[in-house]
Amino acid sequence: MTKNSISWMQNHVRRQLKISQNKNLDSSTVKLATKDLKAKFGKAQVLKGINITFPENRVTAIMGPSGCGKTTLIRCLNRIHELTPNAKVEGEVILDGVNIYSPQVDPVAIRRRIGMVFQKANPFPTMSIFDNAVAGLKLAGVRNKETLDRVAERSLRMAFLWDEVKNDLKKSGLNLSGGQQQRLCIARALAVEPEVILMDEPCSALDPLATAKIEESIAALKKDFTVVIVTHNLQQAARVSDFTAFMYLGQLIEFGATKDIFEAPKNPLTEKYITGEFG
Amino acid sequence: MQFKVLRGDTILKILLATAALFIIGLVVALAAELFLGSASSIHSFGPSFLIGTQWRSSQNVFGALPFIYGTLLTSAIAIVIGFPISLGVAIFISEKLKGHQTFGYGLGIIVDLLAAVPSVIYGLWGVFILIPLLRDYVETPLHNSLGFIPLFSGNPFGYDFFTSGVLLAIMVIPTMSAVTRDVLSVVPNSQREAMYSLGATDWEVTQKSVLPYARSGIFGGFILGLGRAFGETMAVTMVIGNIPNITTNLFSAGATLSSLIANNFGESTGIYQSAIIEIGLILFFVALLVNGLARFMLWRMTSGARGRA
Repeated sequence: MTKNSISWMQNHVRRQLKISQNKNLDSSTVKLATKDLKAKFGKAQVLKGINITFPENRVTAIMGPSGCGKTTLIRCLNRIHELTPNAKVEGEVILDGVNIYSPQVDPVAIRRRIGMVFQKANPFPTMSIFDNAVAGLKLAGVRNKETLDRVAERSLRMAFLWDEVKNDLKKSGLNLSGGQQQRLCIARALAVEPEVILMDEPCSALDPLATAKIEESIAALKKDFTVVIVTHNLQQAARVSDFTAFMYLGQLIEFGATKDIFEAPKNPLTEKYITGEFG
Repeated sequence: MQFKVLRGDTILKILLATAALFIIGLVVALAAELFLGSASSIHSFGPSFLIGTQWRSSQNVFGALPFIYGTLLTSAIAIVIGFPISLGVAIFISEKLKGHQTFGYGLGIIVDLLAAVPSVIYGLWGVFILIPLLRDYVETPLHNSLGFIPLFSGNPFGYDFFTSGVLLAIMVIPTMSAVTRDVLSVVPNSQREAMYSLGATDWEVTQKSVLPYARSGIFGGFILGLGRAFGETMAVTMVIGNIPNITTNLFSAGATLSSLIANNFGESTGIYQSAIIEIGLILFFVALLVNGLARFMLWRMTSGARGRA
């Protein structure tokens, strides 16, 4: 792509963004938003100023080709990105009106409110299924056995895993299949009752059946949570999300209701991507 | 037509197998030599050699217990002091210096360098620096304030179990911290991030995610350090005082299995020499036992379908 066409694209994106942001997308309120969010790894600028809003109790999918910055974006939302050496973040991420990057905000407190599920299932190998599920709760200081039992069951049910593990709670989480491990990680994230759940390509390592199970649980989650899911799977974005953002080369190209994005994309790049011309 | 060719693979296989067999042969030869050399001692003294507390070579009275005790006690002191420090160094380098790799790398090299210092140098340093330092600034205050505890009841002399243990601790720290550091650095970042994403502080991430994940490897480093403490001869011989002793008093001179051998083997003959070789045999078995026990515990810890996530 030539430099000219990129700058044309950037202007085009800006115009499109204005349109989509002015439109009243949904009756729900904004839970999380970014303001001119820029992220770097050393000298490489991975995010080039992202402005996006995530409506409350909705599933928002972020899609785009590999290397477009979608994973970095989601990792900026709970301040995990900055843990990587040489990683830098500029701009704002606003949770319920508060910039989580302002100096008086403790990232530890933010991460309790914004949970995360990672690309590859990462249960704690030395803990049982039960202890994995309540790990966050124990961090928060909960010791009451009944509370732990109740929360473990509730979050495992929400992750659609309870029926498969209820008799094996004391066993290691590593005995589970890949899909079950990922649902255990979802349960673990849910147990601390965060307000936002970030999912970074949660099904990329899973077979279709396990993927279906996870999508089922995502659909059920939006009743209680605001969900942001990164995916490079178009069908998945179409199936699970209410809103979709399309990113390319560190920029937000288009954002809107999933139906609109897939049926009537406004940006030719988005159209190219969803028709499979690149990606 | 030729179907079979003697390929490089086959030759390499034979060479490698020979190397492996050579090691096995070496261990067998070592054990056999120790058994043969100590045969007359085993025959004359029997099991009483192991539990005997007197060692008078002039009267042919040989008891190994004070030396076994000295080896175990000094190694225990070394581990008690050295293990927490090693763990701290390793955690600092691998978890806290994440963003400053050059500094962490440099610190790692310095730690590794400590392992390369010959033990006789440690011994000299122990005699001239560590002994007066510990005697005047650690042992004497401990004795004066906590002398009612049997551990500190003795009159501080400097050449004792305590100094030997501290010196050994310094010598096992490089081994233990290097292994622990390597083990911590291979803990996948996804494990740390999982704990961070639940709202953990830096220390909680280390304590609840990194250390448990790496525990078998850390235990391996612990055992390597213990092995080094058991076998270390020269430095300990120079600072322990070399008087066979079984006492809870840490400020008393003692002797270890290896210091006994180093001090007396040269001038020994006949049954006396055989007794000293039997001491070597005991050291061999103590080391074997500890390693075996460690491996058993490691196996217990890692079994139960615990792989790597």
